[in-house]
This record gives sequence, C-alpha cells and structure tokens, in this order.
Amino acid sequence: MAAMFDHLLHNYEEAAAIALLSIGFCMLLFDRNLLKKVIGLDIMDSGVFLLLADRGFIAGGKAPIMAEAAAEAGRYVNPIPAGLVLTGIVVSVSVSALMLALTVRVYQTYRTLDVDHLYMLMSHRRKGGRA
Amino acid sequence: MMTVFRVILLIGLVGCAIATAIVRKPMQAVIIYSAFSVVLAVIWITLEAPDLAVTEAAVGAGVTGILLYLTLRRLNLIDQDEAHKEKMREEADEHGKF
Amino acid sequence: MANSDSAFRRWLRGEVDLSAELRTAEMPVPPEEARYHPRHHTAMIHMIFRQSHRFYVALVAVLCVVLFTVLLLAAANLPAYGDSEAPTNNEVTERYVNRGVEETGAVNAVAGLILDYRAFDTLGESFVLFTALCAVTILMSRGRRKHPLPMETDYADYYADPIVHTMCKVIIPVILVFGVYVLVNGHLSPGGGFSGGAILSSALIIYAMVWGDERAHGTIRERAIRRTAALALGFYVVSKTYSFYTGANGLHSVISPGVPGRIFSAGLILPLNVAVGLVVCCTMYSFYMFFRRGEL
Repeated sequence: MAAMFDHLLHNYEEAAAIALLSIGFCMLLFDRNLLKKVIGLDIMDSGVFLLLADRGFIAGGKAPIMAEAAAEAGRYVNPIPAGLVLTGIVVSVSVSALMLALTVRVYQTYRTLDVDHLYMLMSHRRKGGRA
Repeated sequence: MMTVFRVILLIGLVGCAIATAIVRKPMQAVIIYSAFSVVLAVIWITLEAPDLAVTEAAVGAGVTGILLYLTLRRLNLIDQDEAHKEKMREEADEHGKF
Repeated sequence: MANSDSAFRRWLRGEVDLSAELRTAEMPVPPEEARYHPRHHTAMIHMIFRQSHRFYVALVAVLCVVLFTVLLLAAANLPAYGDSEAPTNNEVTERYVNRGVEETGAVNAVAGLILDYRAFDTLGESFVLFTALCAVTILMSRGRRKHPLPMETDYADYYADPIVHTMCKVIIPVILVFGVYVLVNGHLSPGGGFSGGAILSSALIIYAMVWGDERAHGTIRERAIRRTAALALGFYVVSKTYSFYTGANGLHSVISPGVPGRIFSAGLILPLNVAVGLVVCCTMYSFYMFFRRGEL
C-alpha cells in the first residue's frame, strides 16, 4: 500500500489527470444546468488529453522539433500522443459547439436549462399536457 | 525546481476545475473555464508539447470560451440574480403549458 | 343449456340492450377543476423528484468514488512518469524520431506525424469539423423558424469606443500575420493547421465583434467561406489520394521531401497544413456567426 502510494506520488501528473476526469464526471452527473454539463464534458476531455500527453513525456527529452537531421532516440519526447491530442482538442471544440447549439434549441423550446425542470416539462408533454 | 513548478500548475488546474464545478452563475463558470484552458496551455509547455500549447491557447481558451459566452448571451443568462431567476422560472411554467 | 339465463344468452334472446348500458357507462363530464391539468401536479412531481433525487445522488456518489479509486489504482500501477523505457515509447516512436525528417522532410515531428504518416486520420478529423459545422448550421440557422429566440439588442458598441477600436486596428493585422506564420511554418516550428486556423479565425472574430456583424457579413462573404472550406477539403482528398496511390503501388511520385528546414520542403505537408488551417478557420468563424446571429 505504501509502495503504491509512493508510486502515485511519482505519477502525480496522471493523478491530476484522473482528478480532472472525475471532476468532469461529477459535473456531468450532478450539475443540473445543461451548460455546466457541457463545460464538465470539456474538463473530462482535458483530463484524457493530459493523461495521454503524460504517457508520451520522457524525462530530459526536448520537444520533437529536430533542429539537426541526425536525431537520437530518447532525446526527444514521444510525438505520437501529441499528434493524437492535437486532433482531439479540435474535435472536442466541435463537439462542444454542437452541444451548445443543441442547448440553445432546448432553451428555445422549453425556456429552461435545469434538467429536472426540463424532465418535468417533457413528462407533461408526453402525458398530453396540451391543456 | 521544475517539479515544484509543475505541481503548482497542476494544483491550479485542478483548483480551476473544482471552481468551475461549484460556482453558481454560468458566466463565472465560463470565465473560470477559460482560465483553466490557459493553465492547461502552460502545462503543455512543461510537457514539451508546444504544438498543443498553441492549439489549446487558441482553441480552448479562445474559441470555446467565446462560444460559451455567446450561448449565455443568446439565452440572456448573464448577470441573473434571484429575482431574474424567479421570473425565468415563471416564464418556464407558462411555457410548459404550450 | 343449464346456464340459460347467463348474460350472453339473455343478450342472444334480445332481452338486454347493451347500447343502453354503454350510454349509462359513459363518463360524466368532470367539472373544470377536476380535469387533468399538468400544472396542478407540479407539487406532486416535485415530491417524487425529491425522493428519487436523494437515491440518485447516493448512487452517483458511490459511482464517482468507485471510478476515482479504480482509476487512481490504475495510475499507481502505470510505468513511472517520464520513463523512457515505458511501453508507450516503443519502436514506432523510435522510427518517427529517427527517420521522420528523412522520410517526411518535416522538422517538426508532430506535423510529419499527423499530416504524413497519419494523414488519413487528420482527413477524418477535418470531416468531423465539417460535419459539426453542418449540424450547427441546421440547428442554429434562423430561417423559417416559427418562434425565433429574441436576441438581446443592447450589445456593447465596441466600435464607438476609441480605445477598443484603435487597438483592434493595430492588433488584428498582427494576429493575422502571426496566424499565417504559424500556418505556413507548421512543418518547421510548433503550430500547423489547427492552431494557425484557430488564430486566424480569432482575428476574424475580433473583427466581427468590433466592426459589427453586418459589416463582417459584407466583408467576409458567406459564399466565400463555404467555397473555401469545401475546396480545402477537396484539395486534401485529391492530393492525399495521389500520395497514397503512388506510395502503395511503388510508383514514382512528383512529391519529394525536399531539403529539411526550408520553407518549401516536406512535400505535401505545407499545402495540407494550409488546407486544414482554412477548414478550421472557416469552421470556427462560422460557429461564431451562427451563434451570434443565426446566419453567416
């Protein structure tokens, strides 16, 4: 157990990434505001990206900009996670734009962003709330 | 030295995330989320990924923040106090009838 | 025959008029107060929600704690942070780092990775952006909507503010030049299509914010944005098809890596960076315009 804790202290970046993921997950499940849910998903994304980029980091390595052609391995950090995260960041912004557009449409129809309130209004509609 | 810097940045990052989760007003959450993205951009630098830093600063802090702000603007949710919220709720009830 | 006066037989004999029974069974019209009114049940639904909400919160809290613990345990068992011997830093990485410059001609290994070795992935990613743009267009365009959301009209008039206006006149060209630099130097220095496109779009967004939507709409034409995005995607598809076709069949390709370090080098990476950057720029600017005014 102590060894495990020691390991965790050494992997502090990964621990932070997982903390971010959990915070985003809690926001997604606990927060009743749809907009906060979108932000929570973005934070979850960031946690995943941070974990990925941490895995590619090599202590003492430089950024993978090869100034001279004769490159030796281990002197540069791993470029693969950086490439993956680069595409991921842009995908995450398009996903959040799509979700925000949906949020605006939900607000246009129901005039509220509170999930519980929304659920109530929708159940009224289902039961023939057209009074 | 670098480790201390990293730990401070990570604490700031997690702190920003927690603050985003617990603040009440959506506008505050949006602003803190932009700050979160800026801190994350600095963390990419410490992780030797400058490509990610440039992208995160432009996309995460810039465009996402603007989109969130515009959504708030569109929904008139900025600067809402309790009375305003009550009004919105009444309006929602009115609307619930359809 | 024994059960001769069952209801069915009486009905057969014609003694019972079922339609009369139906008439009496008809529900009386309830008074206005007793009718089903959804709003009057709000209190009850609130109560049910409160009860189920407590259960939900407990369940979700347990779920979050379990997830957090499991993931932390996983993190504790990962290879040490910054370890060059970790399994993620395997022969693929070695190949990209050792032979990337010679094979792709790109000094920036990340650009060589996403636009040469894994260009197909980036193509799909550009199409994700394009699809998101289409979806946002469908959801946010204000044409023939029955009840458009009234937009707030008292926007701050930045144009009238001399400080903002003058500063933006100075700063927008600087941002544009920086964006173009990041875009076309993607294979030599950090940056590339995604970041350069986002920087360019931020300059356009500032322009639209300060000079007003109408002016921006007049300057940056809707048709130009659509054509640029479609042309950039088409160029990406065509050029990468050529590159894949020649590469897979061992044919001679006119695209050469060139001299690494020069601006016109790295074969297709520079034009592909520009294409991706244009797609990103158009998409982000269109997102802004659709969220702001419901049309380009």
